[in-house]
Amino acid sequence: MEQGNTEHSHGLHMDPAVEYSSSKFGMWLFLGTEIMLFGGLFAAYAIFRAKYPEMFLEQHQELNREMGAINTCILIFSSLTMAIAVSAIQKGKKNLSAILILITIICGLGFGVVKYFEYAAKFAHHIYPDTSIFFSLYFMMTGLHMLHVFIGLVVLFVIMVLTWKGKFNETYSTPVEVGGLYWHLVDLIWIYLFPLLYLIG
Amino acid sequence: MSEHSHSEEHHVTGYKTYFIVWVLLMILTATTVYVSYLDFGTFNIVIAMIVASIKASVVALFFMHLKFEDTFTWLFAIFPLVLLFLLIGLTMIDTFTRVVP
Amino acid sequence: MANNAVAANVYVSFLEKKGILSWLYTTDHKRIGILYLASISFFFLIAGMIALLMRFELLTPASDFVSPHTYNVLFTLHGSIMVFFFVVPGLAASFGNFLIPLMIGAPDVAFPKLNIGSYWLYLLGTLILLFALLQPADTGWTFYTPYSANTDTDVILLTFGVFVLGFSSILTGLNFIVTIHKMRAPGMTWHRLPLFIWASYATAVLQLLATPVVGITLLLLIAERTLGIGFFDPAKGGDPVLFQNFFWFYSHPAVYIMIIPAMGVISEIIPVFSRKPIFGYKAIAYSSLGIAFISFLVWAHHMFTSGISEVAATIFSFLTFLVAIPTAIKVFNWTATLYKGSIELHSAMLYALGFIFLFTIGGLTGVFLGALAADIHLHDTYFIVAHMHYVMIGGTVMGFFGAIHFWYPKWFGKMFNEAVAKLAWFLVFVGFNVTFFPQFFLGVQGMPRRYATYPEEFQSLMSLSTYGSWILGLGVLIMTVNLIKGLFSGEKAPQNPYGSLSLEWQVPSPPPLENFVEIPHVTDWPYGYGKKKEVDA
Repeated sequence: MEQGNTEHSHGLHMDPAVEYSSSKFGMWLFLGTEIMLFGGLFAAYAIFRAKYPEMFLEQHQELNREMGAINTCILIFSSLTMAIAVSAIQKGKKNLSAILILITIICGLGFGVVKYFEYAAKFAHHIYPDTSIFFSLYFMMTGLHMLHVFIGLVVLFVIMVLTWKGKFNETYSTPVEVGGLYWHLVDLIWIYLFPLLYLIG
Repeated sequence: MSEHSHSEEHHVTGYKTYFIVWVLLMILTATTVYVSYLDFGTFNIVIAMIVASIKASVVALFFMHLKFEDTFTWLFAIFPLVLLFLLIGLTMIDTFTRVVP
Repeated sequence: MANNAVAANVYVSFLEKKGILSWLYTTDHKRIGILYLASISFFFLIAGMIALLMRFELLTPASDFVSPHTYNVLFTLHGSIMVFFFVVPGLAASFGNFLIPLMIGAPDVAFPKLNIGSYWLYLLGTLILLFALLQPADTGWTFYTPYSANTDTDVILLTFGVFVLGFSSILTGLNFIVTIHKMRAPGMTWHRLPLFIWASYATAVLQLLATPVVGITLLLLIAERTLGIGFFDPAKGGDPVLFQNFFWFYSHPAVYIMIIPAMGVISEIIPVFSRKPIFGYKAIAYSSLGIAFISFLVWAHHMFTSGISEVAATIFSFLTFLVAIPTAIKVFNWTATLYKGSIELHSAMLYALGFIFLFTIGGLTGVFLGALAADIHLHDTYFIVAHMHYVMIGGTVMGFFGAIHFWYPKWFGKMFNEAVAKLAWFLVFVGFNVTFFPQFFLGVQGMPRRYATYPEEFQSLMSLSTYGSWILGLGVLIMTVNLIKGLFSGEKAPQNPYGSLSLEWQVPSPPPLENFVEIPHVTDWPYGYGKKKEVDA
């Protein structure tokens, strides 16, 4: 018996429940790829730290622990605002949601500003990506992370505008949720970068 | 049959939960910064990684709703970490058991 | 006989709409499959011709046809194009795209726009490759440091092109995983899925999770060349072998990205042309996942002579033997399916049988290479070249050609000349073996790979190999001409010429735009051959 006998028809439009489920699952899969991408850098870090513990201990003191801590708090706070933004739109509160996304974006920009001052201070002290293995790691890891922050800000900006315009509500808020997942990943990576680079002891 | 997970469509996390998680994250951050000024030798990094992992877990479980997601999402969230563990572990075994004449 | 065929005045073939924009901006998975099929076939032929040039140079010991530097460029391009532009996208992007929604009873993939986006990334990669040809790299497709960090040739463009292609691969894998999870027709449980779907799923997981690692590795290589980052530079405290560890962490799973879909194709062809249910469905299904998982554990077997530690080498050697187990399970089950089957030697079946025989040789020689003592002698010799081509041509390409011949009527609605196809198969099979079997002996005798010149004593086997390449080339040429001719003047194809039971054969040839007028309700697995009720051919 061949597979399948016909019954009910579906159009080319996906069932909204399937679309929601697919989009979220798809984003989690994408986050998995980001883990693997940064994973290479974490692997390099592990190896070189084990190889040159004194270099790491000595050179990380050039980094500003307070600025790193401030950035950590900024990102964690932005994750809070993003999470609330998602719940808000799921309750149909589009204005609250849009404002919270805006705050998230401002936090992200703030993170960028702090990083700008950090990098500027490094360059002023003639510390560059090729100065040493430690600083190669520092610039590559925080640089790649910063790139992802920028991408996240662009994505969130678009989502904020659409939320403000009323495109999302309690029945459909998938892009907000999925965009939020991406933003949380940016926070997650920094949660590991901060102690590894700034808090070596 | 395609999968339909009904729970995620209806569960909306309350604002209060988020605030509690945020406070926890702030406490953990303060802890890890404080510990970094103390000297536990090699334990410093162990403590730092444990604290970071707790922070990451609560962000994933609550902010990212992983607590309410289905089995396959969990699988794909965890499996990359397993692979990373393999990459780092086996590469380190190679690098640090080489006999340099 | 129940099917989804509708009255002729409603059926619109997916090939109906003409015009180049309707192709470049399509979101129809069937058209995207054809776009990939055309592109990868084009690059296969280009890289194949480069190989013919290489073999022509190797007719004589001296470097009289091309200079050694040119030869280095040739094998770099042959390898890079074959690996990244043909065989990694390969069966997954072409046949996966075409077949997955049809086989699971879905109207399309989960993210159709992302799907065409993946293809545009592939095109962008080819554009970058074109520019990279201006000062082509001579590092070999593996881009090992320290040479790749220092050579004057344009490594950056080529590796950036590969990076872009990697992105394409990742997104395709993502799309397929979500599609298979979320869009199966009612009744299509996991254990009623065609084995090609299980294979596609395992492959997609590899595409998704392994590729980013080569992405970051190539980025770090580019950073070394541009920013002076020294992770792989001993002078700066780095380790060139670290590059190899990172590179092969992806590139080993990559070779399974290349072969697992081909195995899936074999699992589809064998039951149809044996008129028997596949033997050991669950074993084959789960062995695909098993191979995918184990493939992450074996990468350093490419590095046994690179200076890795003995401890690491021993661990990886042991893990390498493990991967033979799920692979052998497949070979046993295919063979058991053939046993007492009613065999029909259609050209697709010839490729499938060729696969089983040749891939077994390739796979077994891989096990030899997993043994440390043997590999010390055989690494970087022609034995490796022979092993690699037995699994990639004897395996993947046989599967690729078999898939084309099998699904050709469904995809294009036409029939090709079966007699000519068989002749072409024969030339390909013989030519392939004459080209590559002698290379096992060359390798054992110590002939290294990637050399334009060689000692006199190897000339007879080297020239034999070159003659074989001409037979192989002729076979591929005849096959290609035959298939293209069929597109224009072939007979119109029936809906189900081979009496297959899976869903893609229950729609017209070629399939309609929307795949299924009504989404089917699935009640059984697709391998119930030899039972009482069968679909009429």
